[in-house]
Amino acid sequence: MCGEPILQTKGLTKRFGGLVAVSDVSLDLYVGEVHVVIGPNGAGKSTLTNLLSGDLPPTSGEVMFEGRDIAGCSSDHISRLGIGRSYQKTNIFLPFTVFENCRLAAQSRTPHALRVFHRAEEYAEINRLAEQAMVVTGLGHRAERIAATLSHGERRQLEIAMCLATKPRVLLLDEPLAGMGPHESQRMVELIKGLTMDHAIMLIEHDMDAVFALAHRLTVMVNGEVLASGTPEAVRSSPSVQLAYLGGEELLHD
Amino acid sequence: MNSRLTNYLPVLVVGLLALFPLVESTFYMQLLTKVLIMAIFAMSLDLLVGYTGLVSFGHAAYFGLAGYALALMSPKYEAVSLWWSLPAAIGVCALFALITGTLVLRTRGIYFIMVTLAFSQMLFFIFHDTKFGGGSDGAYIYVKPAMRLGDAELANLEKPEHFYWLVLFLMGTAYVVLRRVLGSTFGRALLGIKVNEHRMRALGFPVFRYQLASFTLSGSLAGVAGYLAAAQYGFVNPEILSWHQSGAVLMIVILGGMGSLYGAVIGAFAFILLQEVLSNQAWFGAAAKHWQLVMGIFIMLIALYLPQGLAGLLRQFCNKSAVKTVDE
Repeated sequence: MCGEPILQTKGLTKRFGGLVAVSDVSLDLYVGEVHVVIGPNGAGKSTLTNLLSGDLPPTSGEVMFEGRDIAGCSSDHISRLGIGRSYQKTNIFLPFTVFENCRLAAQSRTPHALRVFHRAEEYAEINRLAEQAMVVTGLGHRAERIAATLSHGERRQLEIAMCLATKPRVLLLDEPLAGMGPHESQRMVELIKGLTMDHAIMLIEHDMDAVFALAHRLTVMVNGEVLASGTPEAVRSSPSVQLAYLGGEELLHD
Repeated sequence: MNSRLTNYLPVLVVGLLALFPLVESTFYMQLLTKVLIMAIFAMSLDLLVGYTGLVSFGHAAYFGLAGYALALMSPKYEAVSLWWSLPAAIGVCALFALITGTLVLRTRGIYFIMVTLAFSQMLFFIFHDTKFGGGSDGAYIYVKPAMRLGDAELANLEKPEHFYWLVLFLMGTAYVVLRRVLGSTFGRALLGIKVNEHRMRALGFPVFRYQLASFTLSGSLAGVAGYLAAAQYGFVNPEILSWHQSGAVLMIVILGGMGSLYGAVIGAFAFILLQEVLSNQAWFGAAAKHWQLVMGIFIMLIALYLPQGLAGLLRQFCNKSAVKTVDE
């Protein structure tokens, strides 16, 4: 659609002992597109995210980022390459201020570790990135709040803000709308829409309104396998998807 | 006003301490020297425990190693120059910390505690069971290190007040340097690792390297304290490497309050002075022998009712929120 995919998986598989959590998954992410992955609980969506972000090493298969295989690289390395992720379960620095959460995220992009006698707040570029991430996610007025005192929705926003402060080109968003009210959800959908232009986004989501509002491509996973993948319209009318979603999973195994 | 108070208080305290030799006897000066050395030792451990989230139970290894380094470097009846022996002792500790760090930092939590303990015990038995450092009897340092600049003697460390000022100077320097380091991007990254190591990794921080740097810095600073302690007493024996010593410094950090740096200094004062008072036979008679019992109860009470330690108590007095002060 827009030239080469920036991130591409081929035959990606993850086994936990006898359980195959992700089985032979191939998918492409393009800059300017939201690729939504849906599926019932336990379908392997979060495991897939963990494989792409380096939180887990794949058992087999390739993860190609800009033409090089990054399967099995550590998560900090993958983050520095430009692949950022947010977590399904909010994963922030609770005792720090919102600003410090974002500043720390932005700091990871600048190799100043050895300049130990400069105050952390003295780097204009880091501060600018942190401010920008807060403003974009609507947390600009919360800069000095301690993260632990934020509402659930605001914590979800902070989760995304930290991810953005690392200047990623690929965003892996694991259920960013989880537990949000309708108003907050709407804002998050708008935020993700705004990010689409210069990011490649993989979005895992259960909220079907959000899914169809955002998706350029849609992949349905069941039991670790890709059941269907393509444009939202094509996937929606696919008989196997209708069977899985309307008839229940048991039918598939009969 | 409160933030000014916390900024100038350390300067005021060090200033007052510097005047102490002018008014007091040698005995108390030496006691205070011991306190300040333990304060350096405790600050080095606080860097790990309070700022990096690594509870080491083998910190005496670096303290003792530097002490032995001084003993082995000192000629029998002559003074060794402080200018090269102190950096050399620090270097030995840094190297040992770098090597052990690459191994122990692969573990976490209770395993980290056990592995750090194992390394320090290993060192203990190396010095205890070989003749290398005088075996279980230890080794003497008959002449304290010399501080000469050309032909001029900068300070005579045989004089208790000169030695005291050197220790005070080094403690102040260690405090200022650590403050700066902890306020830098490096220090913020360490705090981030303490709070949420997993997220730091996901944000792109090479967590292991940061922890190793912190571990090495901490071991080096513990070496400064160990060097000074050996110089003060004029001898070393395997006891300075023992787990009792690791436990004592950990208790000082907990007593003073983790993660504030000045808590380590307050803890050192409280611990050493309390130990001195409780074991004073003139005051407590036969009970003085059981001072550790009273000390144990005291530390339990602190842990129960003052989880932020004595530093937390001080902060309550200064009416500042704990989080703000820790962030400074």
